[in-house]
Amino acid sequence: MSHIVEKVVAGDVRTVARLIRDIDDGMPEVREVLKGLYPHTGRAYVIGITGAPGVGKSTLVDQMVAHLRKRDKTVGVLAVDPTSPFSGGAILGDRVRMQRHSMDQGVFIRSLATRGHFGGLTQSTRSAIDVLDAMGKDFILVETVGVGQDEVDVVRSAHTTVIVVIPGMGDDIQAIKAGILEVGDIFLINKADREGADKTLSDLRLMIDMDQKKYDRGSWKPPILKVQAVFDKGITEFLEEIDRHAEYLATTAGGLQTRGTRDKVSQELGEMIKARLIEEVIDRLTESGDFDRAVESIVKGKTDPYTACENLVFPILSSSP
Amino acid sequence: MMRQKRRVRVMVAKPGLDGHDRGARIIARAYRDAGFEVVYTGLHQTPEEIVEAAIQEDVDMIGLSSLAGAHKYLFPAVVEFLKERGADDIVVCGGGIIPDDDIDKLKEAGVKEVFTPGTPLEEIVNWVENNVKPRQD
Amino acid sequence: MALTFNPKIFDDIEKGKKKWQKELEKVFAARPERLRRFATVSDREIKRIYTPAHLKDQDFMESLGFPGDYPFTRGVQPSMYRGRLWTMRMFAGLGTASDTNERFHLLVNQGQTGLSTAFDMPTLMGYDTDSPKARGECGKCGVAIDTLKDMEDLFAGLPIDRITTSMTINPPASVIWAMYIAMAEKRGIHRKVLGGTIQNDMLKEFIAQKTFMCPPIPSVRIIVDTVEFGTREVPRWNTISISGYHIREAGSTSVQELAFTLADGIAYTEKAIERGLDVDDFAPRFSFFFNSHLDFFEEVAKFRAARRMWARIMKERFKAKDPRSWWLRFHTQTAGCSLTAQQPYNNVVRTALQALAAVMGGTQSLHTNSLDEVLAIPTEEAATIALRTQQIIAEESGVTNTIDPLGGSYFVEALTDRMEEEAFEIIQKIDDMGGMLSAIEKNYPQQEIADSAYHYQRQIDENQRTVVGVNKYVVDEEIPVEVLEIDEELERLQIEKTNRVKTERDNSRVEECLERVGECCSGDENVMQSLIDAVKADATLQEVCDVFRKVYGEYRDPGIY
Repeated sequence: MSHIVEKVVAGDVRTVARLIRDIDDGMPEVREVLKGLYPHTGRAYVIGITGAPGVGKSTLVDQMVAHLRKRDKTVGVLAVDPTSPFSGGAILGDRVRMQRHSMDQGVFIRSLATRGHFGGLTQSTRSAIDVLDAMGKDFILVETVGVGQDEVDVVRSAHTTVIVVIPGMGDDIQAIKAGILEVGDIFLINKADREGADKTLSDLRLMIDMDQKKYDRGSWKPPILKVQAVFDKGITEFLEEIDRHAEYLATTAGGLQTRGTRDKVSQELGEMIKARLIEEVIDRLTESGDFDRAVESIVKGKTDPYTACENLVFPILSSSP
Repeated sequence: MMRQKRRVRVMVAKPGLDGHDRGARIIARAYRDAGFEVVYTGLHQTPEEIVEAAIQEDVDMIGLSSLAGAHKYLFPAVVEFLKERGADDIVVCGGGIIPDDDIDKLKEAGVKEVFTPGTPLEEIVNWVENNVKPRQD
Repeated sequence: MALTFNPKIFDDIEKGKKKWQKELEKVFAARPERLRRFATVSDREIKRIYTPAHLKDQDFMESLGFPGDYPFTRGVQPSMYRGRLWTMRMFAGLGTASDTNERFHLLVNQGQTGLSTAFDMPTLMGYDTDSPKARGECGKCGVAIDTLKDMEDLFAGLPIDRITTSMTINPPASVIWAMYIAMAEKRGIHRKVLGGTIQNDMLKEFIAQKTFMCPPIPSVRIIVDTVEFGTREVPRWNTISISGYHIREAGSTSVQELAFTLADGIAYTEKAIERGLDVDDFAPRFSFFFNSHLDFFEEVAKFRAARRMWARIMKERFKAKDPRSWWLRFHTQTAGCSLTAQQPYNNVVRTALQALAAVMGGTQSLHTNSLDEVLAIPTEEAATIALRTQQIIAEESGVTNTIDPLGGSYFVEALTDRMEEEAFEIIQKIDDMGGMLSAIEKNYPQQEIADSAYHYQRQIDENQRTVVGVNKYVVDEEIPVEVLEIDEELERLQIEKTNRVKTERDNSRVEECLERVGECCSGDENVMQSLIDAVKADATLQEVCDVFRKVYGEYRDPGIY
């Protein structure tokens, strides 16, 4: 295991790529590697980018990479695309828009599928972020389609969370309000040359201000910027806002370390416990055959699922592992 | 971390300058519908760019598509660069307008299989299922 | 205004049809219909029979009329093939300029009446042969043109003041055209007498064929520059060939081909008018380029609908007054995507049927594919068979004896109307999106085509659609076909040739000229004359295109699947 840690820390691309797949596939062996990598993490600045399909997230990420490289920063990208619910397969097409960076040794791009994880997306993406962090990337950009809770959680764990919209989405902005408005640190109106950009801006402003009172996010007032990622317009200003947010985090919100605040650490640990518990419990129940037997009983009408669940879970909780 | 069934990960790539991507796009969809995770590179890629992307994405196979005659340089170049990067466990196959004589030469150069126009999608998918296994180590 | 059919007949038709259907039910009860569903290649369901009842509202003079008369459903010229046959224009291009020149001389000697040039991929994308992006591509699917010297070799000894030349080139079309004009002028031929076509249709590149250089907006600006320049300086030249061919090859249906092509034409027209040009000054020089696919009647209907739609668009939407602006003149190529590598000699038959559809649809010029096109660049023998196919249709089959021979077929007329209606619906949708440029930005046509292509392939795979030799009547033996090889040595020789030009030219003059090109690009001045000056100074294709890329940025594939 330790040689894998060494190779990751040395920035070996192939090792990193393989490790991320092992994490994604839930190989138990990677836990040891992740333990070994932990001391090497906490350096990278993580930016989450989310928004509906078609708002131009990948193009935006592509431009961000270009700008960060001009600042001599190394960049890791995790681009999450949805898995087909019918076949379990996926076309991961975000990379197309970033492919011009593929020969750049300072950039590592990885496409991930949402798959059907039980809340595992958050977990595995976080671990993948740790790997890129340990690999030495200065910035890590995580792109998701902000639809499921899972995906929102993924970007929420970033230092700066960016929400991308386009003009004329109308009702969609209302939908954002319900789910992810409160997690946004910076809002971008992409394709801002389109009709309705000013209206979208004022709608957003109103909603965020109302929201701000409700959630009391402290003194950070999320800025709203107009950009045109395709034409590389507004990206410099956008990155300056990210700098400003980073500065704010460093000076007023408990430091830059992802794990620096109690809140974040407890949230992450909580989620990790949850995921691990589910995994261990289901593993044991399937191995012993108890799970299948319980299913059989419910199907035959011998018991109900509530009782079956208690009968399965309680003994495990009272026994030591 | 829930152990998942390891899925085949493939890259569909368009090396060279020809823009005929109908076949590449169709095959990408067919792979998705077969349950594979498909990374699509888009058009106008150099062999070096394809190899680097394939390594970063940890794919099991690269499917190359070429319809304008440059396969004789481009396909073997991908195989070569994979070797140089120590990633020759990644299977390379190709498709497009490719004469029979060239198919033999491409296979000698390390391209595992070549599909010509009119090959049913199912046949291609079956070939991948039989010849490309998700990485086990 | 008078209806074609007397309304009194419809009751009788209805009665007759009911009686026939009753009989039919008995027949099919004993033995069911051959297929569950009868549909065209584009998956359009076709009825058992067509009658005048499908053409109730038809007014013969208004929707058909006579050839040479608005709305030109039956042909743009009054005489059509009774006067002159279509131009048999075979696309050719391979290896070096001298190799292609040899093929051109051969074709002209065989009776071909127009030349058509295929360029290799680096040329099509605006790269020189020595570019790292061009490795392995030189001369593979056409001729390599790096400098004016190549253009001179390509047309050496050919009577370019008498024959017309079509050049299939898009992102760098303005530069290649500049080379052609420069070459002619060096031979003492005035630009005013030059006749020919540059494809120069970038919108369909973004939609379908995917050879691109700069983003859509500046790409269209350069096109409008060529239109403006052509109108003023090269009046016999067709400055855009608005192409549906590649849209169809990328997998669209016939109606999508029709609608997207005309919508592209609308976009170019709008942009040229915005530039301050009078529609009647430039529209007569627009030509079109369609695919002829396997579904015979659907294709004939498509060509007829296209003519009628364009006439209506030009007259009603753009208020064009010159009848020549209303004309949709078009070149046709048979469908490369319909050819199979299996049993390749069957391709001769496919091509013949497709060529026949193009002729019945009234095409102005035609390229017939060679049987081996699906395997490699055509051999001389295969290209000759393809040309002979056209000559047999023209001079043996008798289909050219009368004009629009399928006009008045209930089926073809009903299909023509249907396709017009559906295509106008798609054009409306594109208008609602703010025109073709916005639709492309929203990936609308790209996505529609991708969906159609996948649907079609699935149908073949699931045997809902027969492809002879592929999913039915399959044989085991390989039929050997002779395949033309391109010499791998060619790339080195071409690079040497271009390097020689570079060492012999006046570099400071080249720089001066390129700077001028840059000024025109960033400003409002028409870029064409600066391009002609630059290529005359032996600036290479890529050196000029790099100026475009620098000023406008590079467009990259958005990767729609």
